[in-house]
Amino acid sequence: MKVPVAWLRSYCDPGTSAEEIADALTMSGDKLERLDRSGVGDPAGFVIGRVLEAEKHPNADRLSVCAVDDGSGEARTIVCGAPNVAAGQTVAVALPGAVMPDGTKLGEAKLRGVRSSGMILAEDEVGIGTGHAGIMVLDDGAAPGEPLAGHLPIADEVLELEVTPNRPDVMSVYGVARDLHAVTGAELAPDPAAEDAEASGGDQAGDHASIEIDPEICLRFTARVFEDVKIGPSPLWLKQRLLAAGQRPISNVVDITNYVMLTTGQPLHAFDLDRVRGGRIVVRRARDGERMTTLDDVERTFTPEMALVCDAEGPSGIAGVMGGQISEVSDSTTRVLMEAATWVGPNIMRTSKALGLRSEASARFEKQLHPEQAIAAQRLAARLMVELAGARLVPGTLDEYPEPREPRTVPLRQERIERLLGERIDPERVGEILGRLGFEPSGDGWVVPPWRDSDVRREVDLIEEVARVHGLDKLPTTLPARRAAVGRLTGAQRLRRRLEDVLRDRGLSETVSYSFTSPRALERLRQDASPLRLDNPLSEEQSVMRPLLLPGLLDAAAHNTAHGRDELGLFESARAFRAAGALDAAPAESPGGVTPAEESHHLAALMTVGRRGGWRTPELAADFYSARALVEVLLATAGADWRAEPSEHPFLHPGRQASVHAGDRELGFVGELHPEVAGAWELERPVAVLELDLDALEKGADDVYRDVTSVPAVRQDIAVVVPDDVPASGVEAAVRAGGGDLLESLAVFDLYRGEQVGGGRKSLALRLEFRAPDRTLTDEEVAERRAAIEREVEKLGGGLRA
Amino acid sequence: MPERPNLEELRREAEEAIGAAGTAAELEDLRVRYLGRRSALTQVLRSIGELPPDERGPVGQGANAVRKALEALIERRDTELGSAELQRRLAEDSIDVTLPGDPPQPLGHLHLISQIRRRMEDIFVGLGFSVLEGPEIEYEYYNFTALNHPPEHPARLPQDTFYLGERVLLRTHTSPMQVRAMELQEPPIYIVVPGRVYRPDTPDATHVPMFHQLEGLAIDVDITLADLQGVLLAFARQMFGETTEVRLRPGYFPFTEPSVEVDVSCFRCSGTGRVGDERCPTCRGEGWIEILGSGMVDPNVLGYVAGKGYDPDRVQGFAFGMGIERIAMLVHQVPDLRMLFENDLRLLDQFGAGP
Repeated sequence: MKVPVAWLRSYCDPGTSAEEIADALTMSGDKLERLDRSGVGDPAGFVIGRVLEAEKHPNADRLSVCAVDDGSGEARTIVCGAPNVAAGQTVAVALPGAVMPDGTKLGEAKLRGVRSSGMILAEDEVGIGTGHAGIMVLDDGAAPGEPLAGHLPIADEVLELEVTPNRPDVMSVYGVARDLHAVTGAELAPDPAAEDAEASGGDQAGDHASIEIDPEICLRFTARVFEDVKIGPSPLWLKQRLLAAGQRPISNVVDITNYVMLTTGQPLHAFDLDRVRGGRIVVRRARDGERMTTLDDVERTFTPEMALVCDAEGPSGIAGVMGGQISEVSDSTTRVLMEAATWVGPNIMRTSKALGLRSEASARFEKQLHPEQAIAAQRLAARLMVELAGARLVPGTLDEYPEPREPRTVPLRQERIERLLGERIDPERVGEILGRLGFEPSGDGWVVPPWRDSDVRREVDLIEEVARVHGLDKLPTTLPARRAAVGRLTGAQRLRRRLEDVLRDRGLSETVSYSFTSPRALERLRQDASPLRLDNPLSEEQSVMRPLLLPGLLDAAAHNTAHGRDELGLFESARAFRAAGALDAAPAESPGGVTPAEESHHLAALMTVGRRGGWRTPELAADFYSARALVEVLLATAGADWRAEPSEHPFLHPGRQASVHAGDRELGFVGELHPEVAGAWELERPVAVLELDLDALEKGADDVYRDVTSVPAVRQDIAVVVPDDVPASGVEAAVRAGGGDLLESLAVFDLYRGEQVGGGRKSLALRLEFRAPDRTLTDEEVAERRAAIEREVEKLGGGLRA
Repeated sequence: MPERPNLEELRREAEEAIGAAGTAAELEDLRVRYLGRRSALTQVLRSIGELPPDERGPVGQGANAVRKALEALIERRDTELGSAELQRRLAEDSIDVTLPGDPPQPLGHLHLISQIRRRMEDIFVGLGFSVLEGPEIEYEYYNFTALNHPPEHPARLPQDTFYLGERVLLRTHTSPMQVRAMELQEPPIYIVVPGRVYRPDTPDATHVPMFHQLEGLAIDVDITLADLQGVLLAFARQMFGETTEVRLRPGYFPFTEPSVEVDVSCFRCSGTGRVGDERCPTCRGEGWIEILGSGMVDPNVLGYVAGKGYDPDRVQGFAFGMGIERIAMLVHQVPDLRMLFENDLRLLDQFGAGP
């Protein structure tokens, strides 16, 4: 909302600067977005002049050489190109040195051989109008040399305010003035829409036109008839106000509708009554597929949701959004039907969204205006029609208002104010604030003025009014008593942080990718299950919810590789999504805490480097084992008892992947990326990945003390030779079976294939630790276990190497 | 019988030689010469038995004393030579300490969004709030209806909300957890809810279709707007610095009443609006930065959980929601929101390892 400050001051002038006015409004809820200027920046150098002589330029047909009295006592020579310049006129003059609205400084110039020192101004040259056909001819009351700014609003400031959706009343200059009055206490001028114009003539509006409405889409429709209308330009003061408020002046009648809207917040529409076919206005829903060309010269197609204003033969405007060309006011108009209606806000909003057509009118109607505002706007419009367009107001108002609204009274308890705000506000002060805003006391409550009807319905809404005008800056600063409140992270949240830190502390960097991905990415990962799809994605690339984090990591890897960083260690910690049932079965009432889809928190990592190289340490490329080592440290950190099992994920190297299990739950996978998948993301280095579902981790029981210091353990290294196809986990199981309870731990520390063990066989070196809880083990006991291990290993077709 | 050597002379001579010994080998030669089997001192001690009985005592004691003194002296000299030797060897072993460590111990980075999110969570935990998370695929009921958005509210339109079904959507804010949390827990309740939210905005410097928010909710019998100011002031001072001030401005949200916008004094220009001779780029010269929206929870919202102990006549409280990226961008002066989602390590590596 653009609010010209001079206009605002004409209703309420606190006597402070524009900046201070903006601050006061900002702190009471009408936030300043920008403080602009309209017209010239500095009014110095702009004065009243009188044309003493105007002679034709000797060397140019279209120029006049004028002698202008600028009050200095000496006539100034100005060359002027306007056709209407003539001796005796009082004019607006810019002297050399004056700074024009576009920032250029006016100098002296020779025009076709004649020195011109200054400029006689047209209205567009100082930003108070759009006319450039001739110079402005002013009233003779002004004396030459007087500052022009004293006679014309050539320098104005404009507040651009951000209006919240609940405040249609401040989409008007007078509404902003009312807020300013409430906050500052500065006097508020009487409502400009309070006084009506005088009608004349023996006819009635009903003799000229009739109205029919559909009350479902139109709450009130008022119309007045004007005759003897003289279409012409608006006066300068009106043009300036419109221009400063961002509206282009067109003609007096159209300007009046815009001016009244900007003053009161109620949009109006002027019809050329002679072009309203049948003299009849019908408000109805559009027929499906019905078409009309709007004032912006676009043909639009409607649906039955939309409300149209029609005449006897067809649509002439989209209700509350934009008029049509058919009954547009033109230069030849002499009879005007002035419409001020009240529409159903949500309907206007839907229509404007559906058509992609927002107008000053729809921006106001969609916030829901009150039917009383329509008739108020008619009053101001009528006065201006009579005054500025010489019109005759035909007696009577056509007024379809099927369900007149009773004013609402909202109760207000004084103690409730303090209880909610934490601050006591004096009852007198409360009364002062609400009174200034236009509320009237009534018993235990307050009667809501029409312009606040849509917003103030409950006690708490009144309290907000009191708080915002009283000043939130006066609010004390306290802390809640916090009974029984203990702040904490949950165990799962703490663990998630720990696991992220584990990866971070091993040199991996965290990425954050969009939760949506493309069906193509999932295809490349050979994902069969159909993912959750958005109904209205921004693009196909972001159209499905990812069932795993891997695609985001691959995108990040591809991005960094393309920018010269291919030694990568990346991870992401985020949700993955899967369908949990049909999404259309959603209830309208509370679903009672269930979630529509299955979401689980995943931790995933991608590496191209297994171990970073240094100046003496060679780099190791990432492979299955470097990723598995991360799984090991992550799950050890989580205290999970887990195992790797062979798996068949189609996006991983078929021989270098495993699924990760804990108990009967599958936590995720680890492996080397399938070279074709890596190729699809243009990754040339080997890529190892892992992804774990952290929500599938169960919280382990607290560890219990075991005595591991009173008696020594016995260490023994063994080498197990087995056929190549026996996995390490098989060897481990055999060794544990043979070792029994006394075998406390085992660790693989070497893998050997070669001549010494024969073809098709491998040797695993294991470090074993035996311990009895109650005694030092004897050599015999350990030897027995070793023999048992040997027997178990032999069952695998292997043996122990000496 | 040979002439008995002068023990004092012998001792002086030996002491001098030992002190002058420069290597372990020289010292060993001296040990053999003065204390070895053939040395004069050993001869004296061996021949004591041949002396007259009254001389045996004094001569033996004298010779023994010299022997012990020399032994101690040799040992000390040996230690001295040993350390000197080690010193020499170590000196030859010196390395270029300005080379980097190896093998490298690389430190990764938490994403800037995670860093800020963790800091925010920790501050609110310290203020007595628990951290809660909720579903990102959400019912329209929790995202809009129970948050007092009328059926015609424009935010519900597909232009502003991603849908996955008629009443299922990607949450557009973290606020749906307000009602979910109240359904689960009776008052008093003090929670913050961090998480991802989604809006169909075409990406530009300040818009992306997915971003992060942190929601706050506090409901009890007597929580006031003044308490909201206190909590947010405590947060702002920990987040932006101890001299930060907060400013509440009237605002509008469907699910709070009164609604307030919260500004913090600019931490870059200390609220002056100027950095040097330039307009402060962080607050654009205003001295204040809008960081969040909040207000007292609307009675209509409490009405949806009135049966769970949230009778709007009995309990009241505040809610707030802020954008994590916005705060990250302000604190770290990141100029373009899209950068936070490119995952470009050249950007991410600029911001430390994180808390």
